[in-house]
Amino acid sequence: MARYAGLGALALFTTFPLLWLLSIALRTTGGVFGFPPQLLPWPASLGNFITVWQTMPLPRFFLNTIVLAGAAVALNLVLCSLAAYPLARMEFPGRRVVFALLLSTLMLPGHVGLIVNFVTLLRLRLIDTYPGVLLPGAVSVFGIFLLRQAFLTVPREMEDAARMDGASEWTIWWRVMLPVISPALGVLALFEFVAVWNSFLWPLIVLKTPDKYPLAVGLLYLSGLFAHNTRAVAAGAVMMTVPIIAVFLFTQRFFMRGLTVGAIR
Amino acid sequence: MAANLFGLSRRRWRATITAYLFLGPALLLLGTFTFYPVAFGTALSLFDYDVISPPRFVGLEHFRQLWEDRFLWIALANSTKFLLVVPVLQALSIGLAVAVNVPLRGIRWFRAAYYLPVVTSMVVVGLMWRWLLEQDGVVNYALRTAGLLDRPIAWLGHPDLALFAVMFVTLWKGLGYYMVIYLAGLQAISPEYEEAAITDGASRWQVFRWVTLPLLRPSILLASTISAIAALKVFEEVYVMTGGGPMFRTYTMFFYIFDKGFQQLDLGYAAALAVVLAVLVMALSAANFLVFRQGGWSYY
Repeated sequence: MARYAGLGALALFTTFPLLWLLSIALRTTGGVFGFPPQLLPWPASLGNFITVWQTMPLPRFFLNTIVLAGAAVALNLVLCSLAAYPLARMEFPGRRVVFALLLSTLMLPGHVGLIVNFVTLLRLRLIDTYPGVLLPGAVSVFGIFLLRQAFLTVPREMEDAARMDGASEWTIWWRVMLPVISPALGVLALFEFVAVWNSFLWPLIVLKTPDKYPLAVGLLYLSGLFAHNTRAVAAGAVMMTVPIIAVFLFTQRFFMRGLTVGAIR
Repeated sequence: MAANLFGLSRRRWRATITAYLFLGPALLLLGTFTFYPVAFGTALSLFDYDVISPPRFVGLEHFRQLWEDRFLWIALANSTKFLLVVPVLQALSIGLAVAVNVPLRGIRWFRAAYYLPVVTSMVVVGLMWRWLLEQDGVVNYALRTAGLLDRPIAWLGHPDLALFAVMFVTLWKGLGYYMVIYLAGLQAISPEYEEAAITDGASRWQVFRWVTLPLLRPSILLASTISAIAALKVFEEVYVMTGGGPMFRTYTMFFYIFDKGFQQLDLGYAAALAVVLAVLVMALSAANFLVFRQGGWSYY
């Protein structure tokens, strides 16, 4: 019992700020301030959610985020599974070099490429476009390693049977391999989705038109514009967070496993 | 195609080409956005470039300026101070991992509760804590009610406390992430070791200190390296909560790079700053790799 009390106190520490955010969003009066703070939202209403949805460009930001996250997931699934396949199942000159190169990126300080990537996108005229946001993150090395690991576990016999039937490498990759590694593809999709949903810095740098902002950048932009209406901003923050928490709670098991496989990311 | 060109048979040639066709798109993108910046970033630091006029070669001029740049030293000092979050975060995460590494009913939900801040966007986390840490916010109320504080403090506006307040938020958001790494580490330890120690009459603390903790070493190294690199590169929490203030007291290395590069469009100088940060980060990574080669490099 004492154990549960301790664990519960810790859970309160990690979840209280989120619950409090929800409480502000549900409130009809008052703000984030005042002594003593009003913890329970009473009278409660969904008014702030309606306000924020109707008077702020939140629907737009949602749509943008879904488009960006969907594209990022699709790109990563295709490109990482393509790249991981020969690394796991084929012998070819240069394989070890490619492998070492990929491994070295885990030790490169990723964010340092930011400035140069910005210049590259300027030259390609991709600033303020979605391809500009997406391309630098279209292949994750973490994803390649994760899927390579999955490809390695596929039994040789499956591949040999297909090869006897005269299937090409492409057919084997698409028809034999991908269906077998679908759990790993699911883990990668999940991670990529959460990462893009929450990503902030790169879209902030690349996108110049507020209409194109994803939620994370848009919410901060709104919090500046609507600084006087914290309840509405809180409602927006709740709306951004609920989908991701729902996804996480439903896929918890995958999540924790995937994280430990690719902890180096 | 001639047979045995470069000593490879026709079949091997075909297989090789196929392999590189599979790898092609990924290598092209990684080459452009991951490898090229490493080489060109260093080159860019030798030029003056503001996007509008063509780059002008200035040699090592930026690095000479850096030496006399007051803001570089401020940013370096703040980023170095930020590293203090690493040991605290690791110690607490290990404690948390030990606490949830028990076969209790419903433990899964406690783990999930501790992980929620990790999946929450830093923008939401930052806004939330900005409000909580206000002068008349909930944190001050709680501390005053508990008798720990006489007068309310504007945590993020206080020159001596703002950086620590930001570090606290980093800690709050990171706990669950490192807990999972340590949990995996704990579960990889064979229970026989701990059982043997208990049979020998060791107390619970002794078992943890002399058996569990040493066996957790690879996880500790991994997690503390990730954490140290993240601390050196801290940006989002600063951007959302303090904007580098008050009086540059939360102005970190990465914030300076962002400011120079993307707000003042002084890209050459920002690249020079990035080189400095890269050297720091790589020194940390290299130290980590040297230790990891001795048996811990099995995470793939």
